[in-house]
Amino acid sequence: MTTLPLSLPTAVAAADAAVAPAQGMAGVAWLLVALPLAGAALLLLVRRPLERVGPIIATVLSWGSFVVGAILLVEMIGRSPEARAQHLTLFSWLPVGTFSLDAGMLIDQLSVTFVLLITFVGSLIHVYSLGYMAHDPDRRKFFAFLNLFVAAMLLLVTADSYLLLYVGWEGVGLASYLLIGFWNWNPPYASAANKAFIANRIGDFGLGLAIMAMFATFGTVTITGVDRAAQAAGDQAGTMLTVIGFLLLLGACGKSAQFPLQSWLGDAMAGPTPVSALIHAATMVTAGVYLVVRAHPVYDHAPVAALAVTIVGAITLTMGAIIGCAKDDIKKALAASTMSQIGYMMLAAGLGPVGYAFAIFHLVTHGFFKAGMFLGAGSVMHGMGDRVDMRTFGGLSGKMKITWATFLCGWLAIIGFPFLSGFFSKDKIIEAAFVGEGWRPWVFGLTTMLVAGLTAFYMSRLFFMTFHGKRRWLEDDHPHESPASMTVPMIILAVGSVALGGVLQAGGFLDWLAPVTGGHAGAAHHEPVLPIPVITGGTLLLVALGVGLAWARYWRADVPVTAPAGSWLTRAAARDFYQDDVNHGLLVVPGNALVEAATLADDSGVDQGTDGVGRAVLGASTRLARLQNGFVRSYALTMLLGVVLVLAAVWMVQS
Amino acid sequence: MSPIVLMSTPMTSVSALAPASPVVTAAGTSASAFPWLTLIGAIPLLGALLLFALPGRAQVGRALALGFSLLAFVVSVVAATRFDPGSTAQFQLGERLEWIPQFGVSYSLGVDGMGIAMIVMSTIIVPVCVLAGWHDVPEGGRRRNVYFAWMLLLEAMIIGVFASTDVFLFYVFFEAMLVPVYFLIGSYGGPQRHAAATKFLLVSLAGGLVMLAAVIGVYVLGPGGPDGFLVERLTGLSFDPLVERLLFVGFFLAFAIKAPMWPVHTWLPQAASQATPATSTLLVGILDKVGTFGMIRFCLQMFPEASRWATPVVIVLALVSIVFGAAVAIGQDDMLRLIAYTSISHFGFIVLGIFAFTHVAGAGSVLYMVNHGFSTAAMFLMAGMLAQRRGSVRISDYGGWQRVTPVLAGCFLVTGLATLSLPGMGSFVSEFLVMLGTFQRYPWAAAVSSLGIILAAIYILLWYQRVMTGPKPEGLERVPDLTGREKWVMAPLIAAFLVLGFYPAPVLDVINPSVSSTLQHAGVTEPRPTNPAPAGAMNGSAK
Repeated sequence: MTTLPLSLPTAVAAADAAVAPAQGMAGVAWLLVALPLAGAALLLLVRRPLERVGPIIATVLSWGSFVVGAILLVEMIGRSPEARAQHLTLFSWLPVGTFSLDAGMLIDQLSVTFVLLITFVGSLIHVYSLGYMAHDPDRRKFFAFLNLFVAAMLLLVTADSYLLLYVGWEGVGLASYLLIGFWNWNPPYASAANKAFIANRIGDFGLGLAIMAMFATFGTVTITGVDRAAQAAGDQAGTMLTVIGFLLLLGACGKSAQFPLQSWLGDAMAGPTPVSALIHAATMVTAGVYLVVRAHPVYDHAPVAALAVTIVGAITLTMGAIIGCAKDDIKKALAASTMSQIGYMMLAAGLGPVGYAFAIFHLVTHGFFKAGMFLGAGSVMHGMGDRVDMRTFGGLSGKMKITWATFLCGWLAIIGFPFLSGFFSKDKIIEAAFVGEGWRPWVFGLTTMLVAGLTAFYMSRLFFMTFHGKRRWLEDDHPHESPASMTVPMIILAVGSVALGGVLQAGGFLDWLAPVTGGHAGAAHHEPVLPIPVITGGTLLLVALGVGLAWARYWRADVPVTAPAGSWLTRAAARDFYQDDVNHGLLVVPGNALVEAATLADDSGVDQGTDGVGRAVLGASTRLARLQNGFVRSYALTMLLGVVLVLAAVWMVQS
Repeated sequence: MSPIVLMSTPMTSVSALAPASPVVTAAGTSASAFPWLTLIGAIPLLGALLLFALPGRAQVGRALALGFSLLAFVVSVVAATRFDPGSTAQFQLGERLEWIPQFGVSYSLGVDGMGIAMIVMSTIIVPVCVLAGWHDVPEGGRRRNVYFAWMLLLEAMIIGVFASTDVFLFYVFFEAMLVPVYFLIGSYGGPQRHAAATKFLLVSLAGGLVMLAAVIGVYVLGPGGPDGFLVERLTGLSFDPLVERLLFVGFFLAFAIKAPMWPVHTWLPQAASQATPATSTLLVGILDKVGTFGMIRFCLQMFPEASRWATPVVIVLALVSIVFGAAVAIGQDDMLRLIAYTSISHFGFIVLGIFAFTHVAGAGSVLYMVNHGFSTAAMFLMAGMLAQRRGSVRISDYGGWQRVTPVLAGCFLVTGLATLSLPGMGSFVSEFLVMLGTFQRYPWAAAVSSLGIILAAIYILLWYQRVMTGPKPEGLERVPDLTGREKWVMAPLIAAFLVLGFYPAPVLDVINPSVSSTLQHAGVTEPRPTNPAPAGAMNGSAK
């Protein structure tokens, strides 16, 4: 690698300026990826001897990555803010003439934030899985896939080029596919795994094309290179930046289950619950937000693409919240909530410099409280015979006190109860959404505010239906608290749900991110269209209303064990707004038609055509063969004839 | 006719040793002190002759075949270490003997980066195929020996094709390799093997015939003389545009049939579904590469004007191959036909990269030829392992096999992931480079070809789902998982996927000079980025 010049052409670029060669722990940052990758390889290749100890090895290696990440953080804090980003070149990956790409790692504030989130929550979920998967005959494979996921996710967030990021991007997609389909002897689960992978591939189509467009436009695909080229080119490359922005958004929609590629996430709940917590709530599905924030110099000069990000976020956060109100399956309700919360992050990321840091802030706090609630749901399922229908739960608070208490923390955090994690992070997004000119602050601001109320309603509904009200258990239900390997991770995540937002807020997390996310400092110049106390007060009022309504309907009143028919809206939401039917009509039917038409064309048209030619040749050569008695001779003669004919033609053309 | 030619060559060429140190000749071939290329080809040829001659009761036939093919592999690796990627010569490890000087035909061998890469890929895949075909002829005896003899003979011919620097010699090998394939399909295949073999032969001969005319045309119109068929003397000529286009079409048609491109692909699904998996592997994994190899070596270098003239049509045909091949693959129930169609799709990518005329796409295509050899080999051989256990190649006869044969399922999945070009696998690197380079010149073509990656996910994952997932099947408790021999078949292929996915640099270093030289001959300039990054960008930038 080459050292960068200290002075940069534009002032805007200064934010991304200082990327120093890696020193200290950053020099061995490859260990982050290598440790869990080695675990995955070991557990998959050495089979029988590791059936018992394999899960422990995988867990230790995952914690090992966390330790590396923690040391990176400590070292980074020790440096001055502008000297924190570091770059590590690993090896020459694709030396191809004009395109010469090294594999390398970019260790900066943003990637370290993700590294810690992934390794800490990931390692806790490894521990939880030791208990949750204790009786599964394939647990060695499960832990191998978990380690593979952690390795791929860490590669995604530390890659120094968009192409290496793409390797991690599809790597987490693979891990997700393997884990959704972990119990794939159940045919719908196998279908769910395929659906996730294929929907993601549609997104990857966008990300791949974005990378190609970057190379064609800027001659580079590294993150810093594209950043600087986009800033230098600015509006001159406006059209290409808009195209790249839209293509990246398509990729983000696939990975983060955003509209219109959201349909796979609900089905992905087929995977074991720890997987839902780690991959489909805390980390992988937030990769789209990471991508948009990472590529912010592109969006800074592509306002139309940025607006599209905001609109996608607004649609998804509303849609997810409405779906969340109608689901009786505890995991699917949580999945809808994840969709909605990532919608908040996307919306924030689309708002531009005013929102990037808030998107990441909410991403981190959400990672804690959503993972905690998923683990809580897993604990409930563990005690209730692996059932997920909340209509057969109720009143579990007495039997599962730790699960109840930790879930309570998560619930309060997500609805934005004052001074808990979600209050700080989500409230900031709502404030940021009210910033701007014209119709936008009103539409986006009011949407985020109203959906905050809706969030309070569906999350309270979920919490009350599960833990409070009458016991609607089946006859042979004997709910019990889960073992310590499961409850301890839940307790730790609950502590995070309560305190992390406040700690990060007080600790200057937003300023810490500022060198990467650029313009946070400028946020001071942007005042929301409504006074902040009005926004906060209004949001809290709506939240209280949502909780109250849920209390009246799902705690005080009896919850019927069979779901009532409901209004058309409930029915539509319960069916995810007919997303599968829409996809069927828009993609599956034309796709099948293409396959059938192509197959038919190949069998009848093309093949008959060549067969016809073949028969003609065969007929001619049979006749020749009759003359010449023998296939080889007829071939020789045919050759000779052909040669004479072509030579004659060439001679005629020449003369 | 060609076996005779080859038989006489080991002796004569050894006796006519070139000067002791590599010399760069004026023609751009650096001669080799030792006839490495002839030796690589002679080893399997000798093995084939030995197996033909073995008495029927000899049981050592297949072990001998494995030994000879492994020896060829070792020698090819040694030869590859003698190859200098930094050399300025167009061809290295050169050998040259007069053959028919009156007609300008000579026995001239030499390799560029592409050639040596293809040769090493071939010598890796042949022993894997021998091992995979261990039980293909259960009755044993002479029939089995002859089966392996044809395989080795095919290897010898293919190495001749990749090593020839004389157009006529190339043509001789090109046609001669049909003979072993004809017998491999026609004598050892499934119930409709005769029809499949005949169709293969006729379609190939038809292409070969047109090509022969063009080969002779090139000589007649070229500089002539005793070395008038040498590739390096035939590059950089200027023909009358119409003549050049006719000659181009003559070569291209033969190569497109071999590649196989839509719409001259129909022989492949039939041949692949009737041949043994080992034969299909040799056919699609190695022999078909001769088509794309020929496009680069002959079409682009000898007829640059005509190649550029044909580019729009070729790109459209390549895109049709990509999307059409993948779409038909989705609808297949026969696993072998499915693989054949995936290959048609993948060959579309290779051709697309060749005719994008950028360095990145060109290097991607050559690398793709190597990677596709490994991934297709693995696909066919996995299908063969399944068929051997279940006695069927119909996907609908399977289901839930992951519960019965977990290791087989794991290998199958890894192979499938290589076929759908998952990052981390070699095929991803090559496919992405093709698209990346194509985008530089033809963004829309790159976008259409990207649809191929979505369709690939569908045909692979649906296949895996239908064969491996679902409830455990009844009555298959005694079906064995992968045997030790089968693990040795899969291990080198899977290792190749991963090594070429994460560290393809050594192979790319070998390929790059030949790609540059081809593009130079084709007379194109690299597209420049529209808004290049400021100087000093770290990595992955135009240098």
